[in-house]
Amino acid sequence: MEFINVALPKGRLGEKVYAMFEKSGYGCPSIKENNRKLIFENAEAGVRYFWVKPSDVAIYVERGAADIGVAGKDILLEYSPDVYELLDLKIGKCRMAVAAKKDFRDNTSETLRVATKFSNIAQKFYNEKCRDIDIIHLNGSIEIAPILGLSDVIVDIVETGKTLYENDLEPIETIVPISARLIANKSSFKFKGEKISEIAASLGKLVRENND
Amino acid sequence: MLNENILKNDEKAVYSLRSLYRRFGYSRFKMSKFEEYDLYVRNKDFLISDGIITFTDTNGRLLALKPDVTLSIIKNAPDVKGHIEKLYYNENVYRISKDSHSFREITQTGLECIGDIGIYDICEVLYLAVKSLESIDENYIVDIAHAGLVSALINACDLSENVKATVLESIQNKSIDEITFLFQKGNITQAAYDIISKLISTYKSRAEVFDAFNGTDESVQKELNEFLSICSAAEELELMGKLRIDFSIVNNTSYYSGLVFKGYISGIPTSVLSGGQYDKLMKKMGKRSGAVGFAVYLDALERHGTAQLDYDYDFVILKDTSCPSAQIIRTVESLSANGFSVIVLSELDSSIRYKTLMKLTKNGLEGA
Repeated sequence: MEFINVALPKGRLGEKVYAMFEKSGYGCPSIKENNRKLIFENAEAGVRYFWVKPSDVAIYVERGAADIGVAGKDILLEYSPDVYELLDLKIGKCRMAVAAKKDFRDNTSETLRVATKFSNIAQKFYNEKCRDIDIIHLNGSIEIAPILGLSDVIVDIVETGKTLYENDLEPIETIVPISARLIANKSSFKFKGEKISEIAASLGKLVRENND
Repeated sequence: MLNENILKNDEKAVYSLRSLYRRFGYSRFKMSKFEEYDLYVRNKDFLISDGIITFTDTNGRLLALKPDVTLSIIKNAPDVKGHIEKLYYNENVYRISKDSHSFREITQTGLECIGDIGIYDICEVLYLAVKSLESIDENYIVDIAHAGLVSALINACDLSENVKATVLESIQNKSIDEITFLFQKGNITQAAYDIISKLISTYKSRAEVFDAFNGTDESVQKELNEFLSICSAAEELELMGKLRIDFSIVNNTSYYSGLVFKGYISGIPTSVLSGGQYDKLMKKMGKRSGAVGFAVYLDALERHGTAQLDYDYDFVILKDTSCPSAQIIRTVESLSANGFSVIVLSELDSSIRYKTLMKLTKNGLEGA
């Protein structure tokens, strides 16, 4: 029988996502066993799951190794993979925001130095404002950049803002709200569309129930 | 003798596609690898990737290695009423790969029908697109849509330029939640929301499309009628089983004016065929006539359906130093005449995988 390959993001978000699949009738009991297996399948439900690094989910789906997967909107905006974005799962909610030191005042006569992991999102956001910026691409600990004077502001994901406040930083502008999205490979959607739509519809029903 | 197994998938496809296009009166257009850089600068948005390999010719002119074939073909096409030119090509183009951010050479085959085109020509090109995929693999699907219809519907929604870009992107991604978000933010009206969400759905039949968009407004109606007449021709040709109406494939309404289509083969993660009617591009290039065509991305076929081989050669022949060369060649000829692959070695390398090992001495072949 034909399986639907599902790429799940490793970590807390992934576990929540799997719980949603399970609740929608696509569970796979072996996934909860504590072992070193990488791929889990449930032949009856016709699904096969595997855990990958959250930022890699879109790559697995775009290149067809997974038919569907769950990725954050931040990753989709940053890398613009050529995939269908079928459903907002409304979990892993946070926002992409600009943050700076509490006493920061924007000086529009100078180039703004922006430290971020999300260069494309930051570039697009400031392009729309016609603001000249200098992007400093960092891979982690973005918050430290304005404190050490490496940058004026940062563009990063803000969930509660606790890390920011503890470091005397504050969010000053929201760029876009972020949440987990169900994505699908475009070619898989042509050939396994019925089954993929069925999964998306069951998850959609659950999302509506959870958010009513 | 042409051995089926020797040809790779993409090479086989080139042969079958050539013969298909010739049968429908398309003639081969062989072009130079170079083109004036200026042509691409003026039509940058039409190109799939931004990067172009440029160099200066001996006379100081700036040339480019072709990133695209269509522009070169229509640049030279005559613009005479009643005249139609039907051409096919098989060329290498040079583009930046989205994944590796470096230049790649891509083999592309396709055809263009340029001139005073009508519904028949559009249907013929669609028919050939379907037959092209059929000749490569029977498990295929062609998505069809109409760029003019999508344009007219989006115009009817009366959106700002910024919102329009987001809406088109959401249609391409089938992201109904993004449209709901725009609606909740007050960026689009209820009427616009209804139209756009209908564009995101997939349609099983032309009747469903008719019901969804009939009576929106006059400019929509004209495009809708054209699209439905193409669909009805496809139905008569019994192509509809392999065609699917899906507006998410419309990605460039500033060049494409009418029918657009994209082909997929099961097991290949990206589309392998893409095309449509691009009268707006012709207009931008100062031509009055219309054009319709498509390209098949042969590089996508390279890995399709190929299993890893268990061995490199059917026969390995270990030759004795005393063996005369003529005898060795005659032995290889007699074995390979049956379609076997044969390699002659003095010593066996442990990395070589083979089916049968033979020794060749003055007395002839013997099993090792």
